[in-house]
Amino acid sequence: MELDSRIPEGPLEKKWDSSRFNMKLVNPANRLKYHIIVVGTGLAGSAAAASLAELGYNVTSLCYHESPRRAHSIAAQGGINAPKNYANDGDSIYRLFYDTIKGGDYRSREANVYRLAQVSGSIIDQCVAQGVPFAREYGGLLETRSFGGTQVSRTFFARGQTGQQLLLGAYQSLSRQIGLGAVKFLGRREMLDLVVIDGQARGIVVRNLINGNLESIAGDAVILATGGYSNVFFLSTNARQCNASAIWRAYKRGAFFANPCFTQIHPTCIPVSSEHQSKLTLMSESLRNDGRIWVPKAVGDKRDPNQIPENERDYYLERLYPSFGNLVPRDVASRRAKEMCDKGYGVGATSMAVYLDFRDNIKRHGKPWVAEKYANLFEMYQEITGENAYEAPMRIYPAAHYTMGGLWIDYNMMSTIPGLFVLGEANFSDHGANRLGASALMQGLADGYFIIPYTLSDYLASNKIKAVANSHSAFKDSEQSIASMIKKLLSISGNRAVEEFHKELGDIMCQHCGMARNAEGLKKALELIPALRERFWSSVRIPGSSEDFNQELEKAQQVADFLELGQLIVEDALQREESCGSHFREEFETEDGEAKRDDDRFSHVAAWEFQGHGKSPMLHKEHLSFEYAKPSQRSYK
Amino acid sequence: MHITLNIWRQKDRNSQGGLVTYELSDVTPDMSLLEALDLLNLGLVRTGVDAIAFDNDCREGICGTCCLQINGRPHGPLKGVAACQIYMRSFEDNATIIIEPFRAKAFPIVKDLVIDRSAFDRIIQAGGFISVKTGGAPDGNTLPISKHTLETAFDAAACIGCGACVAACKNASAMLFVAAKVAHLGRLPQGQPERKQRALGMVAQMDSEGFGACSNTYACQYECPKQISVDNIAFLNSEILRAKIF
Amino acid sequence: MAKTISLYGSSIGQKIVSAFTGLFLCGFLVIHVSGNLLLFKNDGGVSFDHYAGALSSSVLIRSIEILLFAGFAIHIFWGIRGWIFNRRARPKNYAEYNPSESSSLFSRIMLLSGSIVLFFLVVHLKNFWVPIRFGAQDLSDYDLVRIAFQSPLYDFFYVFCLVLLAFHLRQGFQAAFQSVGLRSLWLKAINMVAIIFWLLIPAAFAAMPLYFLLAKGGR
Repeated sequence: MELDSRIPEGPLEKKWDSSRFNMKLVNPANRLKYHIIVVGTGLAGSAAAASLAELGYNVTSLCYHESPRRAHSIAAQGGINAPKNYANDGDSIYRLFYDTIKGGDYRSREANVYRLAQVSGSIIDQCVAQGVPFAREYGGLLETRSFGGTQVSRTFFARGQTGQQLLLGAYQSLSRQIGLGAVKFLGRREMLDLVVIDGQARGIVVRNLINGNLESIAGDAVILATGGYSNVFFLSTNARQCNASAIWRAYKRGAFFANPCFTQIHPTCIPVSSEHQSKLTLMSESLRNDGRIWVPKAVGDKRDPNQIPENERDYYLERLYPSFGNLVPRDVASRRAKEMCDKGYGVGATSMAVYLDFRDNIKRHGKPWVAEKYANLFEMYQEITGENAYEAPMRIYPAAHYTMGGLWIDYNMMSTIPGLFVLGEANFSDHGANRLGASALMQGLADGYFIIPYTLSDYLASNKIKAVANSHSAFKDSEQSIASMIKKLLSISGNRAVEEFHKELGDIMCQHCGMARNAEGLKKALELIPALRERFWSSVRIPGSSEDFNQELEKAQQVADFLELGQLIVEDALQREESCGSHFREEFETEDGEAKRDDDRFSHVAAWEFQGHGKSPMLHKEHLSFEYAKPSQRSYK
Repeated sequence: MHITLNIWRQKDRNSQGGLVTYELSDVTPDMSLLEALDLLNLGLVRTGVDAIAFDNDCREGICGTCCLQINGRPHGPLKGVAACQIYMRSFEDNATIIIEPFRAKAFPIVKDLVIDRSAFDRIIQAGGFISVKTGGAPDGNTLPISKHTLETAFDAAACIGCGACVAACKNASAMLFVAAKVAHLGRLPQGQPERKQRALGMVAQMDSEGFGACSNTYACQYECPKQISVDNIAFLNSEILRAKIF
Repeated sequence: MAKTISLYGSSIGQKIVSAFTGLFLCGFLVIHVSGNLLLFKNDGGVSFDHYAGALSSSVLIRSIEILLFAGFAIHIFWGIRGWIFNRRARPKNYAEYNPSESSSLFSRIMLLSGSIVLFFLVVHLKNFWVPIRFGAQDLSDYDLVRIAFQSPLYDFFYVFCLVLLAFHLRQGFQAAFQSVGLRSLWLKAINMVAIIFWLLIPAAFAAMPLYFLLAKGGR
């Protein structure tokens, strides 16, 4: 199958306009006849469901939470980018486009990224109208800040709760449509299969998490906005329930999975403190603006950090990168921290942490100066660790946090299965090999509010979609296969809990396919993961029944999918014999130890096609060409 | 550390539930309370006992999913945090911890510690929004908003919809939740056109869901993990008074 | 947005009614206590008798009296109705419930303090209002009060009930302003005026029996 990205002709800045004009429209009177299923209620899902219902489509929205307001978009702290140039500092759509392409290390599609930059301004306007309380200047106008090392102030923010406020805005719009009867919302439903009939996505099968019933929902198009898969690493900053089952099962029905190995690790997280750690918490990257990162010069130095004199400290980022110092990009900071800990310089009880020290700035500017900027983060640190970071340095360690990879989509957000659209973090498109700060919220909302309403209508209007009811045999077949998988899981009755397998998978992934990867380790992982999967299917224990609320059963299905997805991630990482963005292959580094891209061989999207259980997936390549943003090698020396 | 947990177990909505005692060793002060529950569940599951069902997700106090009544208080002994942000160092060694679901007629129990808070969603659906369709919004800067107005509205907008206000209130009243949304939108200029209908619609839905009335004990404000002020309730009261009389 | 509410049918309307009637009754307390302060005037009860006589013969006062009874009736009816409504909101109680951390005792026992005040009111009306209003006794109004207050048991009951009234007002006065949306605007002023209601007025009322018991005990 040839991948057709359907990028419109014409100059970059005209592509979206011209494609919007060329797209077919659905007559308003006919829209209600189309039933659209939207899975997930994060930024992308809520925005899409609300916008489509406003247009008059018959929408069903569902998620595994009790309420659409709980999706993990809510935890985003920093902000949302938009090139409004309110700061008069030279920002423009083109600059945001360029920064995003470059930040993604030239592994994303120019046309998609340009469109994202184009519509992002409207997102801010839309959210303000919904009542999102973005920060304002004393004069009453919107305030922006620079974020994640960009040179322009283009990040809009709502205290440290931007994701929450944006999600509540979208949730309220969705709620309005639910109240009006235009959207049917189904809570506590987990999507367990995609139903494809005559080559078109025609519905889904979900499990009602309260009573365990399998429910078939037929529709004319399916939109997945189910987020990323960082939880394949077990410990990540994602919420506990974040999982890949929806996209994974769509993959198994024929949707290609693109660039699975592009997973982002965030450098400033609170490190693991106990063996029963269940998740990691991210602290804003802004801490690196004024904190200095160091480790003791001696291996295994367990002294109290305040007892370690200046000349026995190694400020390794400042040493390695004299001009950028502590402000090197996320992937570099993360990788170097891991390297230091691997070499034995790590600190704290687990030796898997480095110090982030504010001592010098407290000495120079005083505690109030530091408190004014970072008080909430210091409080958060104290709450979690019980330590006062004004008195001793913070300990930080990188954690999995975002996945750039996801289901492959064309310019119109459609996967390789006609009628299956994928939005937000669940798709692969806009961030290439590395995502810039404050761009995730932007992408989710752009997809949901301003792109899918156009591209969906084009699909509906230009394709013949026959009437299908959920009594169709394809639904029954799917229900049966899910039921038998559940039955099998429950019947194993071994002696280990699901969580133990998940943890073990996480260890393998972190060890061999985390911040730094090499062929040897990846090959090892390819032996370990199938063996683990086998043990899972022979010794997992899931108490309870399939006919009621059973969180262990939910987790088991998610972990079963992670155990397969993990393998695909590793395979993808192994075939991509270059380093780019978040994907760092130790064999491919410059003399300075930096990522070395191979544009001749790997300027493409790696899209994987499922070939059946026990068979290797097939790799398809979508070539990426750069007409506007010419590739260059990153350097932060 | 060693702790004794008295946990509410209930098979489903209509079953009779009861407290069950569990002993848990190997607890460390760095563990969160939810991690202690994970650990307990790990032991139960390995021996084939139904795991204790409890809702949780982000585990950093923002999603509002967790909803545990811990030793008689919503979200436990600390002020200004959700249950997921409680660490075991907040308890003594050999402590007994009683964990129950939030209790209200409007929050029926799903299983064990899991409840159904969809009543909150229906309240929002009855008016907790600004009716703007996607597209056509004016530039964000066309409407200046004073910092004071914005900050006051934001204090209300910080609500995470966890239901601790209902759980804390002796009347199981949802006033703080409703008031927070009414005040968030009603204080902003964007929210003015629908001010009246919003307050009336949301209160009508609140009453029909079976929540109690506010009797001004202010327990909600004290237990709110986001410390939302009862001043917002006064705001809601005056909105209703204004909508119906003036 | 089809849904709306009737003011009196809604939970908030119920609070607003309680607030307005409560404040109205607070107003009555001010008048009542200021008149009764005449008991302390050392003129053998002349001024008090004059005042009490004027009260029971004025047409204006009599019409206000009807309003007052209506105010009590509505306040009590709405209070009990609200209490029943609120009880239904939590059919199953907590096994462990720890409200003292988050709210004051006064605020949680409004029905109890109100009921005791109501009981007190009935006794009080029977002992003083009925005889004075309908004038079916030989004693002067002042002597009626004086003799009644010479019973230590009665005085104890009286003071106990006033303490409960103080509790009721401690919560009720500021809560009334909260219920009509004004508390946060005038917080400082309300808290100051509240002292008059929950401390000074009950104290003044309580001083009366004690005055007759201790200072005037012999006469």
